[in-house]
Amino acid sequence: MQASKETLLWMYEKMVEIRHYEETMANVYLEGKLPPHIQKGLAFDIGSGPVPGEMHLAAGQEPVAVGICAHLKIEDTVVGTHRPHHFAIAKDVPLDKMTAEMFGKVTGLGKGKGGHMHLFDPVHKFSCSGIIGASLPPACGAGLAAKKMGKDWVAVAFFGEGAANQGSFHEALNLAALWNLPVIFVCEDNQWAISVPKSESTSVDCVADRASSYGIPGIFVANNDALEVYEAAAPAVERARRGEGPTLIEVKTDRYLGHFQGDPEAYRPKDEVANLRKNDPIPKLAGVMRRLGMLSDGDEAAIVARAKQRVADAFDFARQSAYPAARDALDDVFV
Amino acid sequence: MSNTRKLTMAQAIAEAISQEMTRDPNVFVMGEDIGAYGGIFGATGGLLDKFGKDRIMDTPISETAFIGAATGAAAAGMRPIVELMFVDFFGVCMDQIYNHLAKNTYMAGGNIRLPVVLTTAIGGGYNDAAQHSQCLYATFAHMPGIKVVVPSNAYDAKGLMMQAIRDDNPVMFMYHKGIMGLPWMAYFEGSSNDVPEDAYTIPFGQAKVVREGKDLTIVTISQMVQKALLAADELARAGVSAEVVDLRTLVPLDRDAVLKSVAKTGRLLVADEDYLGFGLSGEISAIVAENLDTLALKAPVRRLAVPNVPIPYSRPLEQFVIPQVGGIVEAAGKLMTARLAEGAAA
Repeated sequence: MQASKETLLWMYEKMVEIRHYEETMANVYLEGKLPPHIQKGLAFDIGSGPVPGEMHLAAGQEPVAVGICAHLKIEDTVVGTHRPHHFAIAKDVPLDKMTAEMFGKVTGLGKGKGGHMHLFDPVHKFSCSGIIGASLPPACGAGLAAKKMGKDWVAVAFFGEGAANQGSFHEALNLAALWNLPVIFVCEDNQWAISVPKSESTSVDCVADRASSYGIPGIFVANNDALEVYEAAAPAVERARRGEGPTLIEVKTDRYLGHFQGDPEAYRPKDEVANLRKNDPIPKLAGVMRRLGMLSDGDEAAIVARAKQRVADAFDFARQSAYPAARDALDDVFV
Repeated sequence: MSNTRKLTMAQAIAEAISQEMTRDPNVFVMGEDIGAYGGIFGATGGLLDKFGKDRIMDTPISETAFIGAATGAAAAGMRPIVELMFVDFFGVCMDQIYNHLAKNTYMAGGNIRLPVVLTTAIGGGYNDAAQHSQCLYATFAHMPGIKVVVPSNAYDAKGLMMQAIRDDNPVMFMYHKGIMGLPWMAYFEGSSNDVPEDAYTIPFGQAKVVREGKDLTIVTISQMVQKALLAADELARAGVSAEVVDLRTLVPLDRDAVLKSVAKTGRLLVADEDYLGFGLSGEISAIVAENLDTLALKAPVRRLAVPNVPIPYSRPLEQFVIPQVGGIVEAAGKLMTARLAEGAAA
């Protein structure tokens, strides 16, 4: 499927927004976490600052999120991973409430109870989890619900290549194939399961090959390229909407940052990220659009300015919001 | 006695594993990021360089497979140590643990040995939210067939790890992240202490009175021991003498140490970072209640634990649900002024 100008502009703007969001978060996350403001002897304190706890950022992985979500409607479900911001942004989860959640504020998506790995937006039908491989079964459930309710909604489960070795991956693919569910399983292959490379954890080179075990189509996208993802996803989403069942898509993508912020990454070859950044997907898409006459310098400047403003507004909202009252911790276990 | 050095708990655990691997070629380690990374929490630091990939094996994210494989390898004569990063992650492979590893020896009438050590990180306090902050030691202690070890400091961690590896039964070895002495997480400095270079074991089921006192007993475990010791310092300044009992292992549990201390002080406070309901604090309280024919309480027992809610992310919420030093001091103060119902023996 050829992407329209409108779609290309949407993907480009979302990628710029995601990248800027992640880079902003990388800086904000360090606030209060470095000497001399922390316990003597520590290099870094994960529990300090305005955004404490683990932080998994997706800079470099934008094409997967936008190339898939460009096909989705608000009624379609997306289930993300422990590294969820790019999916959430591509699914139009409100940036201000999402950011407030990461600051632990009462205005956050989960009133500060969830944090960055546990973002829930029922309006935009987005959720995620900190457990590897946890996205696939609930996506089957969303697909099952759509089918039972007679809707043409689809569900997308994003997961990393490391999750393809979890039981939940195999069980969910079988279930979705058996029940002909409208699910698109999207493997975000960034080559690293924290420190363990794919070659040392996975019995096949290509996760998409595993689709054949379940009798469903498997599509391999070899480049970290938004257009390639978009084009590969089109038949999968159409197939799901027509009620013809699930598809497995694997996308090669690049993790620019550590598994989590503060990861020393001693396991990673020193020049790997610098080399990956030479093929950055954002200027790549801009170049394509310029050649097609779809992006002027003025357009680009306006897109970048808008995206940066949205991110700045979201962080301002989060900082200015109040913390929940301590006793609020006891609420919301049940409704 | 050999030379001692100050070690972090992470270093002490890695040293224990290293010494046992040198002594016994059947010991090997499996798990996620335990090789080049050295374990996310440092419990296998340096082992890959020393023992190589055949004995320090990074695994796929396939816990059902590799924990089940540990059971199989143990039955066949090996002594696997298996790390599963966070205790919160055990849900993905629980069947292999509680239906197989924990039960096979019993179902075989004691005719098979399963010397498996499962290691995992527990605890919160650094805002990692509901899926990365639990303790859950009581969950594993609740299910028969697994020994449960939860050290509070480096010295104990080394001796208990050596004991765990030599034990012919499944052992859960649970280390709290906030006492490992990691360079990237605040920790209680009392957890890093002098550790002998030589090998030594600490028997399971022997609690340790880590501070003697006469007015009340604080029974606790893991990082909460360090908090209780700081609370005891504060209480002492207020004229209250608190005895702190570090259980060290939940299975087996040193009931006698609890009873002996409570008989002496007449007051019991259980300080626990696991959930309140159906857990450690209830178990300890029940043991005391069952023995009121032979010991006398001066006040009703008090329990401090995480109220039955998932661990919230936001700092004020998390600090509220996880017992802190100030909370222990406050609870101890209330315990000192509380009275039994009229007619109850004192």
